[in-house]
This record gives sequence, C-alpha cells and structure tokens, in this order.
Amino acid sequence: MSNTREQFRPADHENDHFLLTTVVGSYPKPKWHDRARELFEDEDADFDADEWEESKDDAARIITDEHERADLDVITDGEMRRNEMVEFFAKRIEGYDFNGRVKVWGHNYFDKPSVVDDVEYTESWLVDEYEFTADVADAPVKVPITGPYTLASWSFNEVYDSEEALTYALADLVNEEIEALVDAGARYIQIDEPALATTPDDHAIVGEALERIAKDVPEDVRLGLHVCYGDYSRIYPEMLEYPVEEFDLELANGDFEQIDVFKDPEFTKDLALGVLDVHDTEVESVAEIKENIKKGLEIVPPERLTVSPDCGVKLLPREVAYEKMANLAEAAREVEAELDAGEIDVPAAEN
Amino acid sequence: MTEIVATTPGLYPLPDRAKDDLADRKGHQKSDLISGNEGNAITEAYDHAREEVIERQQTAGLDRVVEGQLRWDDMLAHPLAVHDNVDTRGIVRYYDNNNFYRDPVIEGELTPDGDVASELDAAAELVDSGLQAVLPGPYSLADLASDEHYGDDAALLDGVAQFLAGELEQFPDVETLFLLEPSLVTDAPGDGDDERASKAIDTVADAIDAEVVVHTYWGALEEKVHAHLLDADVDALGYDLVSDHEQTIYNVNEYGTKDDVALGLVDGQNTLLETPAEIRERIEWFSEETVNDFETVYATPNTELFYLPVNKAEAKLDALASAATEEVSL
Repeated sequence: MSNTREQFRPADHENDHFLLTTVVGSYPKPKWHDRARELFEDEDADFDADEWEESKDDAARIITDEHERADLDVITDGEMRRNEMVEFFAKRIEGYDFNGRVKVWGHNYFDKPSVVDDVEYTESWLVDEYEFTADVADAPVKVPITGPYTLASWSFNEVYDSEEALTYALADLVNEEIEALVDAGARYIQIDEPALATTPDDHAIVGEALERIAKDVPEDVRLGLHVCYGDYSRIYPEMLEYPVEEFDLELANGDFEQIDVFKDPEFTKDLALGVLDVHDTEVESVAEIKENIKKGLEIVPPERLTVSPDCGVKLLPREVAYEKMANLAEAAREVEAELDAGEIDVPAAEN
Repeated sequence: MTEIVATTPGLYPLPDRAKDDLADRKGHQKSDLISGNEGNAITEAYDHAREEVIERQQTAGLDRVVEGQLRWDDMLAHPLAVHDNVDTRGIVRYYDNNNFYRDPVIEGELTPDGDVASELDAAAELVDSGLQAVLPGPYSLADLASDEHYGDDAALLDGVAQFLAGELEQFPDVETLFLLEPSLVTDAPGDGDDERASKAIDTVADAIDAEVVVHTYWGALEEKVHAHLLDADVDALGYDLVSDHEQTIYNVNEYGTKDDVALGLVDGQNTLLETPAEIRERIEWFSEETVNDFETVYATPNTELFYLPVNKAEAKLDALASAATEEVSL
C-alpha cells in the first residue's frame, strides 16, 4: 500500500515533521439545528423540507469552518446531516425498515432498524455531504462511514441466514459507496466499526468484509478503520492483516493502559491515536496532549502518527469540543517542532 | 393432556410515550436512573405505563401476566441497583448486547427492601388471576454484581440468594415465579460452583408458595450445569430453543428434566414475527424429540422483551397467546 499521507500536509506547514491532525467525525450540533430538526419532524409546524435542507447546509458550513479555525489538517462537517450512525445509513439502503425505538441504556434509545429484504444500493449515501463540505472547506475532507459489520450487528436481521452473510452483503454496498465517493474526489475514508469492540471474536468477519470494501480502491486513497471502547488485545495483532492503512483507536479514555498491546508484535500500520477523552468535559491542556502524543511515538515513528480525539465529540458541549480540538492542533505543532529540533526521543524509531 | 401456558420472562419495553415522558422527567445521564426513592410524578408515570403493559397482556390473552419491570433501568441488576447498601458506579455492558447497566457494587449486607414486592402489589390490583413474578436468579444476579462486602464467590452467592428469598417473602400471592438465569449459560459455573448455584436456587424457590420456573437463555446449558440444576427443588426448567435447540434436546434426553418445562420459542431479540402455527410446530417438535410427558409447557420468548420495539413485542404476545389456545396434539 502506498503512503497517502503527504497529500494532506498543508502547503504552509511550518515544520519538517508532520503529525496529521484530524477528528473521528461527529461534532456537537448547534442548538438551533436540533430545533430545526424538531420542527421539521413536527407535522403541525410550518417548516418544510427546503428549510430543513437550509438548516443542514448552514450547520455543515459553520462546523466545517469551526474545524478549520481549530487548525486541523483534515476535517469533516461534524456529521451535521446525520442523526445516528446506523439509522442514517439504514434510511438510505433498500431492504431496511423501522419499527420504533429500543433501549440502549437508561433512557437512551435508538431507532434500531430491521433488515426485511435483500439489501440494495439504490442511491448515494454520502456523496452530497462530501461534495458540499469539500466545496466550502479549504482543508482536505475526511469521510467517516459506518462499516458493514456495525450496520449488520446493530440491526434486526430478519432475512439473512447469519449476521456474517448480512455483513458481506452490506460490505458490497459500502464498496459501491466508496467508489462513488472516490469518483467525487474523496481521498481519506474512515470505516467506523465500533461493534467489533463488543464482539471481538468476529474479527475475521470484519477482515473479510474489509477485503470486499478495499477491493478496487485506488492507491492514493487513504483508508482507515476506527474501533473504540473495547479490549484491543482480543483483536491484535490479527487486525494488522486488514487492508487498511491506518487504525484510529480510543486510548485516552483508559489513560493509555492499552498502549502496550500494540508493542508486540510490531505495529505495522499508521496509528491515529486518540489523545482526547470525549466523555470528559474538562479540556486537556496543550502540555497534557503533548504527553499523550508522545505515547504514540512508543508505537510508531512520527511519519506514521496521526493525532485525533478518542471518538466522535458530539456529546460534549460545543465550546468544550472546540477548545479540545484547538489544543490538539497546537500540541501536535509543538511536538513537531521539538521533533525537528531533536528534543524528543522516538522509541518506535529505535526498534 | 399437556397444558400450554403462554407467558413471558418480563422486562418489557417501555411504551413509546412513557419513553419520552420519563426521559424528560428523569434525564439521560447515569445519575438520573432509578434510585428506589423516586417522587410522586415519576411513580405515577410508571403506574400508568404498568397499567398499559398489563392491559396489553390481558388483551393478547396470555395465561400469565407479568408486572413488566418497566422501572428496571439496569435490567436484571435492578434489585441491587436500588439497594441502600449497593453503590452504582460506571456503565458496563449487559451480557453480549449493545445495552448497558450501572455496575452495582455491593458494599454492605443485602437486607430485603421490598422494592420488587411493591411493584407486584401494584400489579396484583390489576390482575385477578395468573399473576407471575419475575426475578433474576441468584447466580445471574451475583454474576452481574461487583462485591466489596461478602469476600468470596460462595459467600456472595449465598448473600444474594438470602436477599432474593427475603424479597420473595414480601410478595403478594403469585401463581408463578420466573427466575431468569442467563449467566448459567453465558458464564457457566465450574466444578463445585455448579452445585452451589443449584443450592442457591433452592434457597430462593423455598421462600415462595408458587410454581417456580428457572429460565435459561443465550444458548444451551453445559451438561454438568444442567445435571446439577435438576437437583434444585423447582417445578420447571426453561430452555432457549431459539439459540440452541440441539444441545438442549441432548441435555433433556440424557439427563431428563422436570415434569413441567418452559420453552423459549419466540425470539426476544429479533423483529421477525413467528406465527402461531410455527410456535405450535416448535412445541410439537420438542415433544416428539423427548420422551417426557409434560404436565405444563410454558410457551415464552427466549429472552426479556425490552430489546424489541413496542409494536413487535406486542405482536409476539398475540402470537404466543393464540398458539397456546389452539388445539395442540402432543
């Protein structure tokens, strides 16, 4: 697999070293945008589809800009058009049906869809979102897309013989969508598979699904995989066989307790290291984030290190999310400068 | 003649209106979940929801009616989560599901507190006959807990069993008690622990004058666990035919089972609806594959029902009830 990282180095990047800074995807929605959705979903309200589209465009524009102001190298629109990571896609895939909300925990619910017929790709899922964001952004845009294993496990399967069979059927659709995204110009695509963390014994199914997805993806496209909130030792080192260039992992939440998992055997891919805890409203200082980034240098050399939050930041208050991102970007630039000056040891480079 | 009794293992989905209403009243965070001393408005909201769920079971024509356990924010861990000597801490995964509950950390003796009994008292007002209580079995409840008081697994299991027995003593009259023991399958007890698990069930079952069913799910029991469970003085064992019928048949034919049996015939975790005919076929299949002459077959979903959207959970009640009323040749 070729090195796809350099295309994301900003033209005015000051340091020789380049730690790619980015986000996992989601961002807190502005309150007026949530209110607009409520109005749109309220049959009695005088608020039509055009006005809802306008709200989504406005929110996407503003949050894209907020990422750029935080000085991140690769950005998203904060997923302003998406409500939930399975529901959004299931609404666009033929073969899915909705029956109502189910409990996740306490009074948190989600509209868990049912697969009631063969799944089919009939319309693009994210091309409009990508094109709009790329158009309003100066920085390169990353596209997060929910992976087929998570789409399968977080649905009721009424049709396919097994979850595995459904996963592969969905993988073919994800492959089709990625092809459309690549045609539209996308060069950084992140597959989100949080369900893998909950059932790590299925890592081979995820591997086979990724083979189907990665097939025919051009070499200059950066393909990443995001997995969070699980025991990584149960999928490592097997995951190194996956046909992706980068793993985006949640590690700050557990105080980097799991970092040693990736030291033996050697980590052979790029590491997108979670350096911000997204379930803590306390903003990590630049100094603290710099120490977190250095943890990543125990695993990979700087040219293979990406810096990002643990997961989507959508549950944080918006100003906290912004400050965390801005500190992340600043911390990365400072670490780069110290690397340039030879002031930082890189354990991973010595091995 | 075998009697088919249509029932459920409880833990119903909250009616959709109650989902919003209670979320608004209580909040979405960990600290907002049920504590056991909620105020009047919340109690009333649950009273309404309970009425709705009981009425729906009666309309469907189920032979046993459960309270619904709509207050059980922490699912089967609920009786501990509301206890004064238990501290609820981080959110942890509920078995192999995308569901979470508060880790109940036992910090002191589990004295009976009547929380479940008061729910059943309220249900008893609405149910003339066929009231069924549902509790976690002692092995599963101990498995879901963290212990900082009893010191070792045996003492914990004993403490939990005594606690459940004490709770049962406060129950109103019920026809049937379902003790849910998924952990006997998912985290099977090893040598010695299997015997203890069975004795703990005895402790609980002895505390009530009702038909006691120990229901297991998410797979079949290991042979030895099944053999030990047969020593428990209960009226029926429950088997999950949805997730593993082959091993279950083997266990029953190899080791026997009780005079009554509960069969998990309907998938509590899939929206795909079983028809009454399919449910009857499954009962007949089980009867043909085994040599037993059952007095009672409890026809039930394999798991709790809260995994399902309300409309599908209700449709499954209708199918079960009509499967039980049709002529069944066994």
